[in-house]
Amino acid sequence: MKEKFWRWLDGSREYLEDASDMDETPYREREEVKTQIRERNDSLDKRRGTRAVIRAEEKGFRLLYSWVAVISAIFLIGVLLYVVSYLPRYGQENPQTTLVARRYLEDGVRETGAINAVAGMILDYRAFDTLGESHVLFTALVCVMILLEKDRKNMRRGYEDYYRITGEGFYTPNRDGIMQAAGFVLLPSILLFGIYILLNGQNGPGGGFSGGTVLGSGLIIFTMAFGFDTVDRIASRRLLKGVTVVALGFYSFAKGYVFFTGANGLESHIPKGTPGAILSGGLILPLDIAVGLVVACTMFGFYSLFRRGSIGGKGKACSGKKAGTGAGTKAEGKDNA
Amino acid sequence: MIGNLLANYEEAVAIILFGIGFTMVLFQRNLIRKLIGMNIMDTGVFLFLASMGYIRGRKAPIILDPSLPAESYINPVPAGLVLTGIVVSVSVTAIMLSLCVRLYRRYHTLEIDDIYRLSKHQMEDR
Repeated sequence: MKEKFWRWLDGSREYLEDASDMDETPYREREEVKTQIRERNDSLDKRRGTRAVIRAEEKGFRLLYSWVAVISAIFLIGVLLYVVSYLPRYGQENPQTTLVARRYLEDGVRETGAINAVAGMILDYRAFDTLGESHVLFTALVCVMILLEKDRKNMRRGYEDYYRITGEGFYTPNRDGIMQAAGFVLLPSILLFGIYILLNGQNGPGGGFSGGTVLGSGLIIFTMAFGFDTVDRIASRRLLKGVTVVALGFYSFAKGYVFFTGANGLESHIPKGTPGAILSGGLILPLDIAVGLVVACTMFGFYSLFRRGSIGGKGKACSGKKAGTGAGTKAEGKDNA
Repeated sequence: MIGNLLANYEEAVAIILFGIGFTMVLFQRNLIRKLIGMNIMDTGVFLFLASMGYIRGRKAPIILDPSLPAESYINPVPAGLVLTGIVVSVSVTAIMLSLCVRLYRRYHTLEIDDIYRLSKHQMEDR
C-alpha cells in the first residue's frame, strides 16, 4: 500500500488506474432501467393525457400555493424578527433566566463532581433528557434499518436490482489507495482524539455525543479505506447490537437507580471523586462512555445502511461474498434453529 | 425596531438563516434541496440558542477555580438545549434521507412533480 502511494507521489503510476477498469455494467443496467421507465411513463402520459390533467389541476393549486407560501414565509420571518427586536440585548445578562443557571454554576461542582457545568447539567441534573436523546438516536437507527435494510421484506418488492447495483464498491471506490494512505496517517489520531473527548467530558469541552461522533467518523474512514470485509471482522453486527443495547440498558439502569435513591432521600453510594480528575463526577464518566458508544454505533450504522443496506456484515446481505464474517448473523441463527 | 435588531444582530442573523431554510423548504421542488433547507433551519435555531446564552466578557462554564463567583461564567442551559437539538436534527435528517432513498428506488426521481405524475400512473394501473 505504502509502495503504491510513493509511486503515485513520484508520478510513475496513475493512481486512479484501478478505477478505470471498474465494472460499469451495473451503472449501464441502471440507466437502461431508468430509460425504460421514462419511456413507459411518457407513452402513458400521451395515451392518458395525464400531463394535461395534472397541468389543469395544478394551475389553480400552484398559484394558490406560491401566494400562500410567500405570504407565510414573509409573515413568519417578520414576526420572528419583530420578537427578536424586543429580546434582551445580545451579550447582556437576562435576570429572569439566571436562577437555574446560577444554581448549576454555584453548586454544580459540589453536587455533581464535574467541573464542566454543561456536562454536570446534561448528565446529572437533566440526565433523563439525555437518556431520551440517546433513545431518539437509537429509534432513528431502527427507522433507517426498517427503510433501508436488505431483509426479505424489502427484497421482495422488486428492489433486488437496486441493492445489487448500489452495492458495495461501486459508487464509492473501495480500498482506494489515497484513502488508505490518509487513513494510515489519520486514523490513530482520530480514534485517540475521540477517546480523549469521550473521557474528558466532565473536565472540559466534550462528552459522549461529540466523542462518539468522532469515534464514529473514525470507523467510517476506516471502512472507506479498508473495505467492509475488514471492518466486519472488528465491528460485527452482533457487536454493534450488543454494545448499543448494553450501553442504553446500563444508562437506564444507572440513572433509574440514582433517581430512585435521590427521590427517596437515600444515599446512592456513588463516589464523586476529586473534581478535575479523570475518575470524577460520579456517574458522569460511565454515562458519557455509554452515550459515546451508542452515538458511534449509530453513526457507523447510518453509513453502513446507506451504503450497502445492512449493519455489520449480515452474511446474506453481502451477496454471499463473506457469509461467515458477521459472527452470528440472523440467517445463520435461523438455519441452526 | 431597526436599532434593536442591530443591537441583537446575532439573533437577527439566526432568524434570517431560519427564514432562508423555511423558504427553501417551501419553494424547492427537489426533496434533497428541501432537506438542505431543513438543515439550514436547524442551524438557525442552534445559532439563536447559542447566542441567547452568551454574556459579554464572561467565560465558558468550566469551573476550574471554584472561588470565582457565578457571575464570571456564561449561561450553561442553552448549551444543553443545543445538544438536544443537534441530536434530533441528525436523527430527522437520517430518516428523511432514507425515505428519499426509498422514493428514488420506486420513482427514479426526487422531483416532487415527477413523483406526483408517476404516482398517478400507478394509481390508474391498479
